[in-house]
Amino acid sequence: MKSSSRGANKHQMALSQYVFFLLLVATASVFTRRILAVRRNILLGRDIDRSDRKGERWANMARVALGQSKMVVRPVSGILHIIVYVGFIVINLEMLEIVIDGMFGTHRVFADLLGGSQGLYGLMIGAFEWLALGVLLACVVFLIRRNVLRIARFHSAEMKPWPKSDANIILVTEIVLMSAFLLMNASDGLMHEEFAFALSSSLQPLLAGFSEAGLHLIERGAWWLHIVGVMAFLIYITYSKHFHILLAFPNTWYARLEPMGQMDNMAAVKKEVDLMMDPNVDPYAAPPEGEQAEAPAAFGARDVQDLTWKQLMEAYSCTECGRCTSVCPASLSGKKLSPRKVMMDTRDRLEEVGKAIGKADKAVSKDGAACANWGGDGKSLLGDYISEEELWACTTCQACVEACPLNIEPMGIILDLRRNLIMEDSKAPDPITSMFNNVENNGAPWAFPAADRGKWADSLDSETN
Amino acid sequence: MKVQTIAEMTATGKSPDVLFWVGCAGSFDDRAQQITKAIARILDHAGVNFAVLGGEESCTGDPAKRAGNEFLFQMQAAQNIAVLNGYGIKRIVTGCPHCFNVLRNEYPELGGDYQVMHHTQFIQELIADGRLRIEGEQPFKGKRITFHDPCYLGRANGEYTAPRAALQQLDAELVEMRRCKKKGLCCGAGGAQMFKDAEPGTAEVNHLRSKEALDTQPKIIATGCPFCNTMMTDGVKHHGAESKVDVKDIAELIADAANLI
Ligand code: SF4
Ligand code: SF4
Repeated sequence: MKSSSRGANKHQMALSQYVFFLLLVATASVFTRRILAVRRNILLGRDIDRSDRKGERWANMARVALGQSKMVVRPVSGILHIIVYVGFIVINLEMLEIVIDGMFGTHRVFADLLGGSQGLYGLMIGAFEWLALGVLLACVVFLIRRNVLRIARFHSAEMKPWPKSDANIILVTEIVLMSAFLLMNASDGLMHEEFAFALSSSLQPLLAGFSEAGLHLIERGAWWLHIVGVMAFLIYITYSKHFHILLAFPNTWYARLEPMGQMDNMAAVKKEVDLMMDPNVDPYAAPPEGEQAEAPAAFGARDVQDLTWKQLMEAYSCTECGRCTSVCPASLSGKKLSPRKVMMDTRDRLEEVGKAIGKADKAVSKDGAACANWGGDGKSLLGDYISEEELWACTTCQACVEACPLNIEPMGIILDLRRNLIMEDSKAPDPITSMFNNVENNGAPWAFPAADRGKWADSLDSETN
Repeated sequence: MKVQTIAEMTATGKSPDVLFWVGCAGSFDDRAQQITKAIARILDHAGVNFAVLGGEESCTGDPAKRAGNEFLFQMQAAQNIAVLNGYGIKRIVTGCPHCFNVLRNEYPELGGDYQVMHHTQFIQELIADGRLRIEGEQPFKGKRITFHDPCYLGRANGEYTAPRAALQQLDAELVEMRRCKKKGLCCGAGGAQMFKDAEPGTAEVNHLRSKEALDTQPKIIATGCPFCNTMMTDGVKHHGAESKVDVKDIAELIADAANLI
């Protein structure tokens, strides 16, 4: 019966194999093109060396991305997230079988290899089913947390319709994928006893009324839904906050290893200060050949290209979870600043710039250097996306950096934008300008004469002990 | 007691083991000067051979850097490093976590490599080494104390234990706020906020933080930063609790417990 029904479907098989193959190739090519575009966008950023201390980097990645050490700081969402994450990875082993079956017209190709449903294969699929149920339930809880419980961090100003639906789309997709997986197994088990697995078998009463043909249709339908869903998902995530599924790994590997409070010293400034402090240097002398080229186009960051590639990678890695914003003193006190918005703005602007560059490159030549053909659009991250008011509200407390489960540093972008504001435009609130003047003239942020610095000790002088 | 400047000390042919980096707030702010004096008393009492820079000390440049003025920061750094290296300084104790962070993390690359400690770390070391003893009747015995982690000591540099270990000496009842250590909430002063008005919002950061501190029903809110001290003091006043709750630096509490004040 089984073999004959497979034999009778030979033509259909061939057609479905053909369709499957086309879909696979299409998915792979769209996905690859998108990854290359994202890579090109990330590399628009300034260069920075993050290839040192490799051992620490692997350890960091293992702990933070693989081990999700910073997720479980908040136990409820942390543990649910781990279920979805483990489920996602493990159930994808099943994808391998689906792809082989799809290409070669086989059915459960691993079953015989792995000892059938009574052997290892059965154990594995059985485990996958329980995981699938776990993922499904976790996603339901996540949906409830987002849409019913109205947890504050999912509803701040930057959570506009798109970011909100992005999260919901993914959760619903996961639920559909998992249901399809379970349904596929349930109907398959009804048709072929040897493929009855514990958990999905309990769903079989739902399918009791169907004929063999009906069951076959359901099984095939669920199979296709599952695989097409996964292909669509793969492409979708590259446009979504769910890109973190992939980027969490490089992002934590390349994360900064220095103490959180350490802010980089700008090399270009150091050079100028060295010249000013060195009495042997003639400040009016022409710089030696070739040195001038090293001066940066601008101090600090005005637009995404002025940030480092690592900061741009962070923008693509951000999950928009809002853990940063929920601990930010500026956000907590009702200021306009939200570190999550800083990351979302950076990503949005980068996508905008990337698209414009892509268009310009296509219009001129195929192999022109990125950026070369694009004259800008008169907009910038600073000003058009992130306002001065937001920037000045930051206390540089690093709470956002500490809270981020992916080691993203919103504060770094804020400070680079501030640098541009000050060093390119001399734009600062008046009291900040006075503070600068005081530091410059009196060596203190207040207008006290430097000579009075030691005065506090005067009253101690009279004491004896 | 006499606090020597390094110039005075050098003139007598001696050199200090430790340089006490006072910082701008500690030098000029009336309230912070009390903390500075407490630190000096502790150093003196423990027999530490120390000196200050006096008029030769200048702002580390921290507020300028965090406000985006890298030029001014590096000018300040170059000037300070020239002075510190000129005196051959090896070891520095700071009275301010911001100075501590900059001297420890940002000066080395600019040519200023020193062993830098925050005053709470140094005090804790003196206690652990037996150079500073806290004995006799304890003024803070059984009193509730909560410690507010300064961002630039805690998150910035991962130091959460030294200040708490020092407070342990007081025989007091240490209570933690809901947000503490890694999760500690900023007082609102960092990143040059101290020197400007806050942006429009629904609350002041220091009011939020002092409320969290007051929620632990403390007798004393302990701090380790002159700016946090100002912010928390103002916050406690805002909540009308200044008659019941004191805001004190760990150095002041230790100096008091060791009968130095
Ligand atoms: S560093 Fe700035 S943005 Fe980050 S939490 Fe603190 S105040 Fe908010
Ligand atoms: S920066 Fe990190 S903490 Fe903030 S929203 Fe993005 S992923 Fe979440």
